[in-house]
Amino acid sequence: MSDADWSAVYLTLKLATLTTVLLLLLGTPIAWWLARTRSRLKGVVGAVVAMPLVLPPSVIGFYLLVLMGPNGPVGQLTQSLGLGVLPFTFTGLVVASLLYSLPFVVQPVQNAFEAIGERPLEVAATLRASTLDAFFSVILPLAKPGYLTAAVLGFAHTVGEFGVVLMIGGNIPGATRVVSVQIYDHVEALEYAEAHWLSAGMLVFSFLVLLSMNTLTNRRKTA
Amino acid sequence: MKLKYAMAFPLTLLCLTTARADDVQVAVAANFTAPMQKIAEAFKKDTGHTASLSFGSSGKFYTQIKNGAPFQIFLSADDDKPAKLEQEGMTVPGTRFTYAIGQLALWSAKDGYVDSKGEVLQKGRFAHLAIANPALAPYGQAAVETMTKLGLTASVQPKLVQGENIAQTWQFIATGNAELGFVALSQVMEDGKLKAGSAWLVPADMHTPIRQDAVQLSNSKGNAAAEALMKYLKSDKARAIIKAYGYGI
Amino acid sequence: MSERTLTARFKLSRPEFGLDVDLVLPGQGVTALFGHSGSGKTTLLRCIAGLERAEGVLQLGDAVWQDERTFVPVHKRPLAYVFQEASLFDHLSVRQNLQYGQKRVAQQERKVSLEQAIELLGIGHLLERMPARLSGGEKQRVSIARALAVSPQLLLMDEPLSALDFARKQEILPYLERLHDELDIPLIYVSHAPDEVARLADHLVAMEDGRVTAQGPIQDVLAQLDSPIRLGDDAGVVLDATVAERDSQWHLARADFPGGQVWVRDGGQVIGQRVRLRILARDVSVTLEPQTGSSIINAIPARIVELVADNHPALALVRLQAGSIPILARLTKRSAAALHLHPGQAVWAQVKAVALVG
Repeated sequence: MSDADWSAVYLTLKLATLTTVLLLLLGTPIAWWLARTRSRLKGVVGAVVAMPLVLPPSVIGFYLLVLMGPNGPVGQLTQSLGLGVLPFTFTGLVVASLLYSLPFVVQPVQNAFEAIGERPLEVAATLRASTLDAFFSVILPLAKPGYLTAAVLGFAHTVGEFGVVLMIGGNIPGATRVVSVQIYDHVEALEYAEAHWLSAGMLVFSFLVLLSMNTLTNRRKTA
Repeated sequence: MKLKYAMAFPLTLLCLTTARADDVQVAVAANFTAPMQKIAEAFKKDTGHTASLSFGSSGKFYTQIKNGAPFQIFLSADDDKPAKLEQEGMTVPGTRFTYAIGQLALWSAKDGYVDSKGEVLQKGRFAHLAIANPALAPYGQAAVETMTKLGLTASVQPKLVQGENIAQTWQFIATGNAELGFVALSQVMEDGKLKAGSAWLVPADMHTPIRQDAVQLSNSKGNAAAEALMKYLKSDKARAIIKAYGYGI
Repeated sequence: MSERTLTARFKLSRPEFGLDVDLVLPGQGVTALFGHSGSGKTTLLRCIAGLERAEGVLQLGDAVWQDERTFVPVHKRPLAYVFQEASLFDHLSVRQNLQYGQKRVAQQERKVSLEQAIELLGIGHLLERMPARLSGGEKQRVSIARALAVSPQLLLMDEPLSALDFARKQEILPYLERLHDELDIPLIYVSHAPDEVARLADHLVAMEDGRVTAQGPIQDVLAQLDSPIRLGDDAGVVLDATVAERDSQWHLARADFPGGQVWVRDGGQVIGQRVRLRILARDVSVTLEPQTGSSIINAIPARIVELVADNHPALALVRLQAGSIPILARLTKRSAAALHLHPGQAVWAQVKAVALVG
């Protein structure tokens, strides 16, 4: 594999890691709220979070390009904050990936919170733990399997991201040229050998991810 | 009896559709989208045949055709890929010809941003310059050659953003995410006039000519519409349309 | 002995359910909230804990936990709560479960030590186990110990035995009695099981449809004749007595109470031990003179307080007073008429059976 290929691999891992960490942080309050609220807005927010599951990446990419562009509302905001515009930047890819992989992180965590239910919080409260204390001392440890699933899915889904990156990335080596785009370029340029290396790598990676998840799930069931 | 009729009806329909043979599947390079739509309209009016058009990057079409995609005609954005298909025996021999010569334009969606001599490039007061991926798209290759000739390669390099094809490059510029970029004139021109923004028509001596070749594919045998369309592309009427979009012939 | 009473006034109206109570409960001993499911007893308990929000006032001694302006959050109330299911934290070992609440209590407020809680509930051998490897009864014992370890000023239990089978119940009840006898922590105990209430309660609050139908010391409430509260199928009383003598020849023990004494089957108690007796109305008959030539060994001198019709036209319920202890007897109306029974009359209560419930 060429340097350009390795650079794409490194960039992809960096993007996926950063996105996953940020999503676990940002997704937790959203999942918490969705799991516990009785608000009528729950349906609406839940649907918005789940939207990337059904929307074609081209739709997300197109709207991000327009919204984050210099004339879009997000672009105007980032410009006024002195951040410039986000398309064609690594930051822009992170923002896009956060949106794109959001449901893959929020939903497993939300499911875990829902399965835990109210009772452990009530028990913790009668044992002198405030809600925040109980969240860290009881809920988080109990939700660990959910977090593990969320992290694996969020990471893997970000690695597999293509359409959105294609539309807002601008194919800049080291900043926005991720593995999936690099593969696309190789195929387009009829460089099938190079495409095979990266594609086979992705294939093995995806298999290992799913295998490790299944193994973990099974081990939990038998434990 | 009834059963026989019931079966005969769809069978008849099936025969009719295959026997008509007045439909041709065409793979069209993205830059040629607008003129080809007009040509197909005129083609239908004049001959009664229908041309079903697919637009995309030439590289993708090449791969798809090699893998059995049901196209009968391929209008490429370059001359390499049709030649390659010809060598590989996937075409009807002797059908390859140059249907258009691409005109490269430096374009901005903003009025007055690009001057008529392209000096805006030298000033370099822009954040992003969009080109098509030079490894994939002939217009991207031509753009790189032009910048090399102007001695700008090093200064512009950090500002380059690449579209996967010329259509996406146009989109980057049209949405304002890139202030300017190199596109096909056909994308920003209609009826001999610029549709919007400002442009510099890159002189032909700045890069190797962008010869866009068409070829009839070997699976089109017996398709009357395919032969008719190849002929039609060389007609005065079609040439006039092609020229109106800024292509050379 | 602390004499801090618990004042609880709550009003809650929901489409499917309402609660309207105004109670003053003693600051010691076991108070049972007794009623059918849906009577509001658990909701009341949750309101006291602060797990449920109802309009009202809640005060333990001088400490106001809730009024119009105040609502002390659950984790700041010096109480402990044992849930119906054990609800141990699955990710923590037994020891860590026990420590969870205790380490969140200020050092100077820790009155019950971990060792004490462990010893009281007999769980010393379970400390390093994970909850998944405990039986139902063991889990509940750990969760009771965990509650004790926060040194609560008020202990709340919501049917802690209802999820357990008979054998497991018998395993835990003695521990609950020890709590009662050895710790000076007021306990509010929600139950719909007559045997548990008869065995543990000092004070009884009977509930129905979100309201209190009767409350008071358990002897008094059970001996009321106007709207008798029955534990189970039959009317009857409970009374606390002390083992005073053991007859090893006949395997009997004598239990004394203020106003009398009864012989019961010897259950292995030691002399001086407090026991809880239950006497059902159907097992008590009335005679005007002490009987000789009877197989019944327990005859208690008493005075008739009140006679009322029972739920069958042939029967009457009679409330007797033996010293300070009320006893109920069920007679036929014909016998009552033949003996000319009337309030104030001195009689003998012949007790055919006494159950030692704890």
